[in-house]
Amino acid sequence: MSVLVYTESENGTYKKTALEVASYAKGIADMMGTTATAVAINGGDTISLGAHGIDKVLNITNDALGDFNASAFAKAIAQAAKAEGAKVIVLSQSANAKYIAPLLAIELEAGYASNVVGLPESTSPFVVKRTAFTNKAFSNTEITTDVKIVGLGKNAFGLNETSGAAATEDFAVDLGDTSGVKVQSIDKATDKVAIADAEIVVSAGRGLKGPENWEMIEEMADILGAATACSKPVSDLGWRPHGEHVGQTGKPVAANLYIAIGISGAIQHLAGINSSKTKVVINNDPEAPFFKAADYGIVGDAFEIVPKLNEKLKAFKAANS
Amino acid sequence: MKILVCISHVPDTTSKINFTDGDTQFDTNGVQFVINPNDEFGLTRAMWFKEKQGASVDVVNVGGPETEPTLRKALAIGADSAIRVNTPATDGYQVAKELAKVVQDGGYDLVIAGRESIDYNGGMVPGMLAGLTGANFVNTCISLEVDGNTATTIREIDGGKEIATTSLPLVIGGQKGLVEESDLRIPNMRGIMMARKKPLNVVEPTGAAAETKAISFEKPAPKGAVKLVDNVDELIDLLHNEAKAI
Ligand SMILES: Cc1cc2nc3c(=O)[nH]c(=O)nc-3n(C[C@H](O)[C@H](O)[C@H](O)COP(=O)(O)OP(=O)(O)OC[C@H]3O[C@@H](n4cnc5c(N)ncnc54)[C@H](O)[C@@H]3O)c2cc1C
Repeated sequence: MSVLVYTESENGTYKKTALEVASYAKGIADMMGTTATAVAINGGDTISLGAHGIDKVLNITNDALGDFNASAFAKAIAQAAKAEGAKVIVLSQSANAKYIAPLLAIELEAGYASNVVGLPESTSPFVVKRTAFTNKAFSNTEITTDVKIVGLGKNAFGLNETSGAAATEDFAVDLGDTSGVKVQSIDKATDKVAIADAEIVVSAGRGLKGPENWEMIEEMADILGAATACSKPVSDLGWRPHGEHVGQTGKPVAANLYIAIGISGAIQHLAGINSSKTKVVINNDPEAPFFKAADYGIVGDAFEIVPKLNEKLKAFKAANS
Repeated sequence: MKILVCISHVPDTTSKINFTDGDTQFDTNGVQFVINPNDEFGLTRAMWFKEKQGASVDVVNVGGPETEPTLRKALAIGADSAIRVNTPATDGYQVAKELAKVVQDGGYDLVIAGRESIDYNGGMVPGMLAGLTGANFVNTCISLEVDGNTATTIREIDGGKEIATTSLPLVIGGQKGLVEESDLRIPNMRGIMMARKKPLNVVEPTGAAAETKAISFEKPAPKGAVKLVDNVDELIDLLHNEAKAI
């Protein structure tokens, strides 16, 4: 009857989003008077999970799950959920978790609510608040099935450290044929922060005039340990790779800090980045709509301001680290 | 190859979002509806399969009669025929269940859906449909090639791309990248005329039940005014001491 949470790991380490969903699962477990169990697939040391509210970890070690395989992962998590008799299953909203969740929902005949922004308003009936209309509204959604799946938006809950330790059990799964979709290769820059993982995102738009002017953007990202992003036309023009396109039709951004440089703030752009906590805009047009959506702004020429800002940020970082 | 493209009928991206009936219903008053952007990329990719590999392309929507102009637009872009499952879309599962019936009855090899619709952002229909029909599934798909029974896909992952091979029957959750923005087609007069003559078949639903229920909607609290600063020192100070963001 515990709340089950899928804690994703990369190279044996649990990412911040995994610890966030662990904390959240513990929150739901408290509401329901039960405990939180994590399911880890080829995961690592479980100390960090115990320190975020997890009582028990079901550790699945299986070579067939070496490469990511959404349907096999869904099967494995479903078997863990059944073994635990879990009525609530929590996942993050990483690309892989979003890929797994609907398959898991079918495996478990469970209703699924994605992009959830906090603890349930009540657990019986089970009602969660989720974003809809690409961040332009919230929907209070009831999951009416016996088993429920909740996809928690990034940075929607935060981390809750506890003094607990998790008991770890090996859990064997029976996957059957896993040959449906076979990964051939992965193309991932190892020296760059992914937008999905980033606490800070430095984003630039058509105001930068051309791809040759991105050096100062990359420099700022470097100084801040941030990911780089861009507006849609910038990727359509081929100035930046498509993977950097954020907004309604691109990637969502739920960072702690979003810095927009030379971006006008069109409604489709804002829709995708609105759930970021603090927004900064640098734009030479005081009428740019982004100023209505931002927390802090500088009206001015990016080509003057950004180099100055980079110098000062470097000094700030040197003094504060 | 028989292709089915799932078309979600959604408010235009610039729409004002309001609710009626005590914040329980989306207010469609004055709202312009369009093909869901993620689906439009997929539809255009399907057109290429039709033109280069001789595929047939049907489009489908689960919804009331008000969605027919959106299906006609897909026909004007070049789809061969359209299917409307005559029931309001209530949640992702119910839609996936209804679509599964269409897929099974039509014997489709490839189903192209969008990674999410921009209205309710569920992000679950393609995966659930694959799960229900036993097809392979690739989400956030940004490139798709099919050769005989084999498909090569590229998926957007956090921080990069993943190349995979799979086989038909296949469902994808598509998005920009399947084709580029500049590849999207605006229906021309001839397409619009032809679309009027193409079949738009209305089929009755299986009556699948939803698993979730939107009880009410709310809008985000209005935002406070922006703090304008005129030098970078002040900005850094505010980000550090006030926002605690750096
Ligand atoms: C269906 C649909 C979906 C869309 N989805 C997305 C999406 O997901 N993401 C997205 O970003 N857009 C999206 N768009 C496009 C969106 O409407 C805007 O066209 C786009 O966001 C504008 O990009 P931009 O701000 O970079 O460019 P512009 O609107 O051209 O703005 C450039 C800005 O730079 C400023 N500027 C110019 N020079 C300088 C300088 N020297 N210093 C400082 N500032 C300067 C200008 O004042 C201006 O505000 C979508 C559109 C549609 C129709």
